[in-house]
Amino acid sequence: MSFLEYAPAPESRAILNLEDSYGLFIGGELTDGHGEPLESISPADGSRIATFQTADADDVDRAVGAARRAYDTVWSKMPGAERAKYLFRIARIVQERARELAVAESLDNGKPIKETRDFDVPTAAAWFFYYAGWADKLEYAGLTNPRALGVAAQVIPWNFPLMMLAWKIAPALAAGNTVVLKPAQTTPLTALLFAEIVQQADLPAGVVNIIAGAGETGHALIAHGDVDKVAFTGSTAVGRSIARSVAGTKKKLTLELGGKGANIVFDDAPIDQAVEGVVTGIFFNQGQVCCAGSRLLIQESAHDEFVERLQRRMETLRVGDPLDKNTDVGAINSAAQLARIEELTAAGVDEGAVSWAPECDLPDEGFWFRPTLLTGVSTSHRVAREEIFGPVLSVMTFRTPAEAIAKANNTPYGLSAGIWSDKGSRVLSVADKLRAGVVWTNTFNKFDPTSPFGGYRESGYGREGGRPGLTSYLADEKGSAK
Amino acid sequence: MTKQADQASAAAAPALRASAQSVLGGAVTDTNLRRFLHGLPGVDAVGLEARAAQLATRSIKTSSKAWALDKIISLIDLTTLEGADTAGKVSSLVGKALVPDPADASCPRVAAVCVYGDMVAAAVSALGSAHGEIQVAAVATAFPSGRASLAVKLADTRDAVAAGADEIDMVIDRGAFLEGRYAEVFDQIVAVKDACRRSDGSVAHLKVILETGELNTYDNVRRASWLAILAGGDFIKTSTGKVSPAATLPVTLSMLEVVRDWKRLTGESIGVKPAGGIRTSKDAIRYLVTVAETVGEEWLTPELFRFGASSLTNDVLLQRQKIISGRYSAAQYVTID
Amino acid sequence: MSRLQIPKTYKQFIGGKFPRSESGRTYRVTSAEGEFVANAAQSSRKDARDAVTAARSAFAAWSGATSYNRVQVLYRIAEVLEGRRTQFIDEIRTLEGGSAASAAAQVDRAIDLWVWYAGWADKYAQVLGSANPVAGPYFNLSVPEPTGVVAQIAPQGSDSLLGLVAVIAPAIVSGNTVVVIADERAPLPAISFAEVVATSDVPDGVVNILTGSATELGPWLASHADVDALDLTGAGSLDWVALEEAAAETITRVVRPTGDLHGSLQKIAVFTETKTIWHTTSLI
Repeated sequence: MSFLEYAPAPESRAILNLEDSYGLFIGGELTDGHGEPLESISPADGSRIATFQTADADDVDRAVGAARRAYDTVWSKMPGAERAKYLFRIARIVQERARELAVAESLDNGKPIKETRDFDVPTAAAWFFYYAGWADKLEYAGLTNPRALGVAAQVIPWNFPLMMLAWKIAPALAAGNTVVLKPAQTTPLTALLFAEIVQQADLPAGVVNIIAGAGETGHALIAHGDVDKVAFTGSTAVGRSIARSVAGTKKKLTLELGGKGANIVFDDAPIDQAVEGVVTGIFFNQGQVCCAGSRLLIQESAHDEFVERLQRRMETLRVGDPLDKNTDVGAINSAAQLARIEELTAAGVDEGAVSWAPECDLPDEGFWFRPTLLTGVSTSHRVAREEIFGPVLSVMTFRTPAEAIAKANNTPYGLSAGIWSDKGSRVLSVADKLRAGVVWTNTFNKFDPTSPFGGYRESGYGREGGRPGLTSYLADEKGSAK
Repeated sequence: MTKQADQASAAAAPALRASAQSVLGGAVTDTNLRRFLHGLPGVDAVGLEARAAQLATRSIKTSSKAWALDKIISLIDLTTLEGADTAGKVSSLVGKALVPDPADASCPRVAAVCVYGDMVAAAVSALGSAHGEIQVAAVATAFPSGRASLAVKLADTRDAVAAGADEIDMVIDRGAFLEGRYAEVFDQIVAVKDACRRSDGSVAHLKVILETGELNTYDNVRRASWLAILAGGDFIKTSTGKVSPAATLPVTLSMLEVVRDWKRLTGESIGVKPAGGIRTSKDAIRYLVTVAETVGEEWLTPELFRFGASSLTNDVLLQRQKIISGRYSAAQYVTID
Repeated sequence: MSRLQIPKTYKQFIGGKFPRSESGRTYRVTSAEGEFVANAAQSSRKDARDAVTAARSAFAAWSGATSYNRVQVLYRIAEVLEGRRTQFIDEIRTLEGGSAASAAAQVDRAIDLWVWYAGWADKYAQVLGSANPVAGPYFNLSVPEPTGVVAQIAPQGSDSLLGLVAVIAPAIVSGNTVVVIADERAPLPAISFAEVVATSDVPDGVVNILTGSATELGPWLASHADVDALDLTGAGSLDWVALEEAAAETITRVVRPTGDLHGSLQKIAVFTETKTIWHTTSLI
């Protein structure tokens, strides 16, 4: 028997108490939705999870109305210290129900339980803890007369469903806004569990509203006339249409879009940790991460040895059942996403890149893609330019620091970058010159509620986390009464 | 032993130096060693510790756990290193090595017993015919501090070998290392390896204790690991167990990475022994995972991996008992040694 | 027949434990009406010395904890305080007199003030710190760091819980450890507060509470060379100038008496030191 074929270590689903059907959470209650219902499935094996009612235009209107009433009559009148207490309560309950939320998220999204348990859920709780403390300290945010914006419309993606929900709702509420949030079409489950948490925290009705739906629901929500703020995380393509839609309106907009992050490895990098960082950068969450380090820029002199070490390391990645505690790489979120990954990877090979993946058995059911390395990629290849949003790493070389920077910046995106070198002055200078909103040095994929996150150029505008994450939900109104 | 004799024995190991010289690209001098060791890629502590923490989240259950528990026992160097050691204590330890669990004959035996050099004879005598299946490892070279002349350290080694030790666990001269006198550290290891030679030409197995707690930084541990291997160590060992911190998962991971890279460079397999501070099965299983995922599961054999431990054995036995009986066990169901 | 109660023993809180004074002394604590309530430990200079030692030992771990961890611990204290609300109201009424409503108001303000400070732990660095645009190829960052061990005199004669919270919270939120002389006349809420601290995952020695005479103990803490800052917030009725003079010997930072129990960022800032780090930046 091979020790490395670890015996199954399944996380039990018994902790879940799933409904057969979930409604819309509007005005503090679950109500019927009149759009076309969604069937959410587990991407790991295609099995059905539950039915989610969706919001049609009238439902969206109801939800915004509930948020507006709650803002006007309750939330805008409430002292910040009390808003803080509600947010602390929510943070605590997320911690208390952490295991249940982690299992639900892995089931719905396809990502490994190890990640939901150790990263997604704790980070979501931390986001609420951090912003809770801002609710009664708005005067320290750097604005002269901070005021909430009103009603926020929030549309979030499927790659980190609960965590993205926390990134949106926590600062919005801390700043005094009420919200209507639409989870992604393929991952509504933890958002509806969060609705239960909101009820357990006794949050006043209508402060948080959650409506499931597909693209049309999102569009109706964002286009609604009584919305003061729009926050969107998702693809650049949809981000463009949202930006067009809010043009000229009163709505403030923040966008967190796609990326093609460059992970730059110099010849003096701490090599074993750099290998880990590159692996984490592209295979964490199956590469379905806006800030993934999807381009490896390795100093040419170090290329061959580094690629070999990378391959050896990739051979120990375990691809399989997301609910097995030893799984490193889970399922791709949907058939559509899998098709896109396959198409782009094939395009890369056609363009001349060499594809390599470790041998591993993939399950018969569900959506799966092996962690893949594309070497011999050049800057003009599609796989060097387009976001694949999957576990595929495009490998390119550079000769000098200046060339690394030029190649890293040579993209319409500008979300993230990584720098690996033992030389402090170089690391700081390169960081200074990279046009990216998040620069990780000698690490990657680190997130903290205190640390602002967001992109340059087509990766979007606005930041989440830290003080900027708060001020994007505030107006600075001169002469307004406090 | 006279200085000339020491030099003679050092010169008598030309084959070792040659491979060291080829890797170094020059003679074994402080300068060349410094260039080589300080030219190695650095270790980022945050990244290293994060990787170790990741490996520690592996969930080893059911059949994997049962296999792991048996494997751990078979990799233990059951150890007593006390000033108060007596023939009786050593005899009791050997008894435990031979029969870890009197209530379960299926329980494997440990790999070795580890004692002070002057207790080797007692250990050999207590093992009787089982000596060979179970090895006798002796700490030597003025263990644990290493603070004595080379002559004394070599005499310590020779005495243990003569008394029947199969393996010698030596300590490096940390003072010399921290002063940068790498060639001296190197030469001492070579001399000790030579002192492991028996009259019949066989050589006792040499484990080189780095005392990672005193080396302090991961870069130092990395350099000392390479130095010990270049100088001819068969095993690199983390600690004496007398200094805290002793073995940790990140330090052991870093040493395994060196062993992996040495294999890649020369084709040769070097052993690793974490010692001290590993008290629970849970911890020990994490080490097995780290070995398997860093250098491969072929390293999980007594020739290439050992645990330096004493109280670990009983925790593993309690876990074994639970797997077999289905109940949680208790201290009175395992023996003291 | 009514049930016989079990009166509580009130000892000091030092290094996570509740010792009596090494001097063996106690003093009578009486209610607002003059009735005997308890014998509280009368802390001596040696108790103060031990408290400073405990605070110093705790500093490395507490200041080294992540700010997230400190938020969690401080919020947990608030949860436990809330659970003991009735007990505190009782103690305040007994010792300070006044109505149930006013005692409740004090307790609620104390808890809310505590929560306000807790929420600063992971933010004050963002407001007080800065990235500085120096005129050269350097990365330059200023960060506020906790100063160390803070000796504090809590408000005397009123607000026995609120005053205590108002001095302790801003000091420990950034990682300092404290030695506090409680309200001499009404020390019992301080010891009950210590029980809250002891059951809230706070490492031993972060908070140390002495009960007794601030006049007797003040000079020893003011002159102690291992005390980094002296908080005289509650020393208005003492010879605080003499304490400030004593503190001058070791350039101990001094916060003068104020009547102000409101929360402020400044009260956090005054117990921090700003460290500015330069690092070269160069591409080649």
